[in-house]
Amino acid sequence: MNARPLTLSDAVAEFVHDGDTVALEGFTHLIPFAAGHEIIRQGRRDLTLVRMTPDIIYDQLIGMGCVSKLIFSWAGNPGAGSLHRFRDAVENGYPHPLEIEEHSHAGMAVRYQASASGLPFGVLRGYAGTDLSQLSPTIRWITCPFTGEELAAVPALSIDVSVICAQQADRRGNVMMWGITGVQKEAVLSAKHSVVLVEEIVDDFTPHVNAVVLPSWTIDAVSVVPSGSYPSYSEDYSERANDFYAQWEGISRDRVAFHAWMTNHVLETKDHAAFMESLTAIGVTT
Amino acid sequence: MTEVAEIDTALEWTSDEIMTVVAARELTGEMVCFVGIGLPSKAAILARATHAPNVTLVYESGCIGAKPDRLPPSIGDGVLSRTADAVVSVPEIFSYWLQAGRIDVGFLGAAQVDKRGNINTTAVGEYDRPTVRLPGAGGAPEITTSCGKVIITLRHSARAFVEKLDFVTSVGHFEDEELERQRARHGHGPQVIVTDLCVLRYQPSSREFEVTSLHPGVSVEDVLAQTGWPVIISDDLEETAPPTKEELAALRRFSESSAHSR
Repeated sequence: MNARPLTLSDAVAEFVHDGDTVALEGFTHLIPFAAGHEIIRQGRRDLTLVRMTPDIIYDQLIGMGCVSKLIFSWAGNPGAGSLHRFRDAVENGYPHPLEIEEHSHAGMAVRYQASASGLPFGVLRGYAGTDLSQLSPTIRWITCPFTGEELAAVPALSIDVSVICAQQADRRGNVMMWGITGVQKEAVLSAKHSVVLVEEIVDDFTPHVNAVVLPSWTIDAVSVVPSGSYPSYSEDYSERANDFYAQWEGISRDRVAFHAWMTNHVLETKDHAAFMESLTAIGVTT
Repeated sequence: MTEVAEIDTALEWTSDEIMTVVAARELTGEMVCFVGIGLPSKAAILARATHAPNVTLVYESGCIGAKPDRLPPSIGDGVLSRTADAVVSVPEIFSYWLQAGRIDVGFLGAAQVDKRGNINTTAVGEYDRPTVRLPGAGGAPEITTSCGKVIITLRHSARAFVEKLDFVTSVGHFEDEELERQRARHGHGPQVIVTDLCVLRYQPSSREFEVTSLHPGVSVEDVLAQTGWPVIISDDLEETAPPTKEELAALRRFSESSAHSR
């Protein structure tokens, strides 16, 4: 079945449920911030979040109490500092304890590949001698049946819904993204359901170097959300808001300041357009 | 002679600047380098802007042959993808490029290191209830074991240079000699650590990092005071060549343009 056009609010209501395992993927570029905000607005709880590089949007979801478990490989605010809500959850159990399952990037990438390939596990030459391999039940060792080499085995990810951003969809719901495309193709193909946020709908795709196209029938819903990746970016549509990432350090460090910001800009805005207007209103250049 | 002295005194630099300059000098010729974010990225860009224009920069975001002219705040910045020879997926960069052995040099930062070049970027304190939770592994565990060799750069302090890591995120050199022999089939691991005080190189004879070069104005006592184990000082200890005018000018040029590009 081809992708259906849905508002982001309807897509989240239909495909993201309490207790689900959800991947909002993106590697610095094309991060689906607007979808994370909508999940917070709709008050989802007990989510297991999956992401190679959890950044500010995962910090917000964790700080707002939506998340019970995080599966990841690098949790930080690139170039700016820490994820203070993530740290508060791990270091102090605030707002509640957060279970973590962590890997290296290579391991997470292989877990996605295995899942997208319909295999129960994936193989890599990794983790040798690390404490991660000692403590994680999701890292085991297998012997290559052909060469005898000992290699790491990691289980496929089991994801209920993946949400990604792409630049464009066409009228049939095929989507195209370009620039840094990270692990988003694997995230969509790993999940039972997927939602794609796009900048715009076009009649026909113009070829781009390094573009990735996902056919309509691999996607459940397409939502048109201009600047839906803000403060991340969409190559050829927007620039990364580096200042916002720097400012997040100050906002997120303090529990009260964090909740005030989330209330003003997410809980009390009805959608992404209103969120962006609320930032413009306080002088933030969007 | 007076004139030369005047030029020399005009060349002042910060401890961060000499660290970046000295780290950059480790990249030469046509090396293919897997670049971590932060200090390594700064040094790698400086190397390309000065003595090593033919070094190929590879970023874990999938950008191969990126040619940034300013410091990207993240490894996924548009300046990397727009200037790259190819942009591939993240699974591909780790499988086909890193794991397959196509990278000569891995260039990493670290929160903590020990005398064997093991790295902690996971947690300070107990893992289950850390006093400081760090970002985690990222690409480092496989970078340290899959690249031809590894350069580590970080600021020198007793908190960073520790006798025993709270968590081994990435292995530098294995204590077990058989494991160390096995790893050598795929890469030689960390070979040099560049700090704001000195340069340390891995010595197979002692199987430890030894201080081989002190930056101008730094004493052996300074290094010992900021190192959490009785670090070996090389018999052939040298003084680091100071940053040249060209190196400093290039470093300041792109550092400034990064600040302005916001």
